[in-house]
Amino acid sequence: MNTPTPYTRREFLRTGLVMASAAATLPSFLNASALAMHRAAGGLSSIPGVPEEHILVVIQLGGGNDGLNTVVPYFAPEYYKARPGINIPEAQVLKLSGADGVGLHPQMAALREMYDDGLVGVVQGVGYPNPNRSHFKSMDIWHTADTTATGDGWLGRYFDSECCGFGKGESGTADAGASGGPPGIAIGRSAPLAMEGRTIKPVAFESADLFKWSAAEMGKELREGYQALNSRTEGEGQAARANSNASFLLRTALDAQVSSDMIRRAVATRPTTQFPGSDLGRQLSMISSMIGAGLKTRVYYASMGSFDTHAGQGGPQGRHGQLLSQFSQAVRAFYQELKAQGNDQRVMSLAFSEFGRRVGQNQSQGTDHGTAAPMFTFGPMVRRGVIGDHPSLKNLDDGDLKYGIDFRSVYAGVLESWLKADSKAILEGTYQALPVVASAATSPASRVKGR
Amino acid sequence: MRQPELPSVPDAAKVKAANRTDDRLEASLKAIRRQDFKYEQARHLLWRAGFGGTEAQIRYLADLGPEKAVDLLLNYKSADQPWPKEDAFDKDIMRPPTAEEREMVRRAQRSQDEEALARVRLERQRREQQDRRQIAEVQKWWLARMIETANPLEEKMTLFWHGLLATNYRTIENSYHMFLQNQMFRKHAVGSYADLLRALIRDPAMIAYLDNNDSRKNRPNENLARELMELFSLGVGNYTERDIKEGARALTGYTFEDDTFVFQRQNHDTGGKTILGQQGNWDGDDFVRIILAQPACPRYITRRLYHYFVADVPSEERGGDQSLEPAQRSVLRALAGTFSQANYEVKPVLRRLFLSEHFYEPRFMNDQIKSPAQLVVGACRSLNTPTRDLSILNDALDLMGQRLLHPPSVKGWEGGRAWMNTSTFYVRQNILAFLIAGKRPQGYDASAQTQPFDAMALLAPFGADSPEGRGDPQAVATALLRLALGWAPSQGVETLRTHLAARKNVVNSSTVSELLLLITAMPEYQLC
Repeated sequence: MNTPTPYTRREFLRTGLVMASAAATLPSFLNASALAMHRAAGGLSSIPGVPEEHILVVIQLGGGNDGLNTVVPYFAPEYYKARPGINIPEAQVLKLSGADGVGLHPQMAALREMYDDGLVGVVQGVGYPNPNRSHFKSMDIWHTADTTATGDGWLGRYFDSECCGFGKGESGTADAGASGGPPGIAIGRSAPLAMEGRTIKPVAFESADLFKWSAAEMGKELREGYQALNSRTEGEGQAARANSNASFLLRTALDAQVSSDMIRRAVATRPTTQFPGSDLGRQLSMISSMIGAGLKTRVYYASMGSFDTHAGQGGPQGRHGQLLSQFSQAVRAFYQELKAQGNDQRVMSLAFSEFGRRVGQNQSQGTDHGTAAPMFTFGPMVRRGVIGDHPSLKNLDDGDLKYGIDFRSVYAGVLESWLKADSKAILEGTYQALPVVASAATSPASRVKGR
Repeated sequence: MRQPELPSVPDAAKVKAANRTDDRLEASLKAIRRQDFKYEQARHLLWRAGFGGTEAQIRYLADLGPEKAVDLLLNYKSADQPWPKEDAFDKDIMRPPTAEEREMVRRAQRSQDEEALARVRLERQRREQQDRRQIAEVQKWWLARMIETANPLEEKMTLFWHGLLATNYRTIENSYHMFLQNQMFRKHAVGSYADLLRALIRDPAMIAYLDNNDSRKNRPNENLARELMELFSLGVGNYTERDIKEGARALTGYTFEDDTFVFQRQNHDTGGKTILGQQGNWDGDDFVRIILAQPACPRYITRRLYHYFVADVPSEERGGDQSLEPAQRSVLRALAGTFSQANYEVKPVLRRLFLSEHFYEPRFMNDQIKSPAQLVVGACRSLNTPTRDLSILNDALDLMGQRLLHPPSVKGWEGGRAWMNTSTFYVRQNILAFLIAGKRPQGYDASAQTQPFDAMALLAPFGADSPEGRGDPQAVATALLRLALGWAPSQGVETLRTHLAARKNVVNSSTVSELLLLITAMPEYQLC
């Protein structure tokens, strides 16, 4: 019921067909003008009814974030007993209105402020059966939404099955520039598995400067020669044959140039908000610029690491607190900027880590790999407040928390009510969609977008 | 050394193509005639059966003629390579805990000795880190071998088997087992596929990857049996779920200790089984024998070889070989027949293919998308660029989607157009700029000075008195394009001449390097 209506689908196909017939002879970017007209007519939404104005930003907290010191269960004496050296005293916990007995780490004041403004959802006790304690395996499990950690990424499958003004690409380059940006952009040196689809591949770059031909810096003549060779619309030899790999590559070259120009121009626009200097701050600043520039990218991916706090993780002060502070401040700046742009309503963010940590502290004033942990959702359209119960600290599984909510239920909720996609097909299984979006937000096409 | 053929006489293949009224292929496995085997064909053979070659190598093969050229590539001697042997890598990093160590852990768990348990965990993590460093060394070892080997087909086929019989290090977390598996592929590279399949069900890496070490009499694990038929030999639709169950029983007890295969009789299911219609008390070797007797088997493997060496064959989900042209299907049938008659010896199939007119069909030449390994290794081998930094090259393979020893799934790499998207496109262009100029995405590598690229060497084979040797712009542009792309697109010639003109038509190492930067940034350079 959340898939696009038949009407929408037809509209979409019609638009797609026009492009396809032109694309047989013309490079796809030449069609961008047709799309630009479309966009001008319909505001930001180029295809009526397709909720493309909805954007998802995934924030990965790598290393296994200590959930118990992030959303602190100060109600539980067992928590204090298990962590004599690294607990957060109740007096210092940032209490959350409407949530009994749990609150945020004291370094997360920025997030508490957002919480009070109704911009935060906390999903407690998220995990999966038979938890894996290897960083790599567990991360792959989260990325594939599959407990055997195999297959394509969950967002990649979303791109493949739903995307994105392109339909099912003829090939791997459905992320072409013609639609106004690739469907998925990851900030980082390589794309996360989560975004790897079978046909649609994400674009990944650490900084937009790297998303171009490096030798272009070696001189104007080289640059000009490069452009001539990579902007050809008619090929010779094999490229003259429509279905050849050679002609496919000429189109890829064009698309890459268009995407590169578009993204680098977008990122060159400085946000009006002052972002913190942390790496996550830098990433979210870039993403806000791309959103502000009107890229039609649906999913962005940002990440920060160093959450693997085996030793000296600290309590109210210390290493873990610093990480949480960076995280909180970057996210707050992100939403401040989005609000200034008038885009905040379109953007939902989802933060996760591959696992939480064990309940008891270890001998090195740190914590070892554990299981269930909280996830965060951000944005004005999320279901605010705390969702789900905090896992019991009495009823443990060999010293680990038992999960209450399968992470795939969270994915299902995001897919169904935010991205309007068929979660069963994408997750390859039926998971009860967790209501992560405020109920008023479920019919975005009817809202008037203010820019 | 003789001059390259001048393109004044239209070559036979092109005439044939031009005379054809439609675009259909000919289904000819007929041997290519000596007079049709020229520079372009020799170059094509070097790129497809290997990783490309220099001007001198191309001319040498063209002079040999097709028979001798193909035999030179096929009949290599593996032993005379000075490569590190098994002891080059540490086999003990991931050795399982000894009985005493396991007992120690049990005691610590009972007495809740957190300190001792934490020590064990820490030691485990240390070993895992050490092993991840070693897998990077194995990757670089292989990459270097591809770049330097005198037997390109040996490495090319090793990569083929790695992609077909795929195992991912990340799942098994044992670099030494990955190394052993790689050596196994190399040993059987152009040998007997039947032998390889028998070795495969004894391979520790594969056994661990597909969980056969957990497969016992009363609870067989079906993973290996399934993939053995679905992906490694027969293809979907040529067996039933029941065959998988029965095959899994035949494979029970096939496991390994340390680095060697062991058959655990007590865990093996000795009962009667019916696999693919045959009844008996089958074990793993019987299972393999039954598979090899299926007509689907030679068809499946030759299809994969064709995809690797000749032209894209869509994956099963996209129609498989049904979407190929009739001519291609008839070639596949004939090759499967050869494979069958040769008792699964790979060499006769490759020989027939590499000598066939079909292999040199104009439509296939310069229209295969290079795999990332092909791209990087090929640039080093054919342009004689410095290798600069194996770690960076290895890393680039990862960014381009082909992390060696880490295929994305048991299906291996899809290949073809799946390699390309706008991200990988830039990585591909930029790693070539790195090889040629030491140019990194930001700034230069130290190797730009210490390992200069002698671009002029590429023109040396033409001789000082030739137009290329004298620095005639048209001749230089054409020669470089022909070496790098196999032909000289007029758009390429024009751009190169414009560039050279802006450099006052001076032909020296610096300007030729720049021309190569442009050529390798052409979309066509992604093809071979």
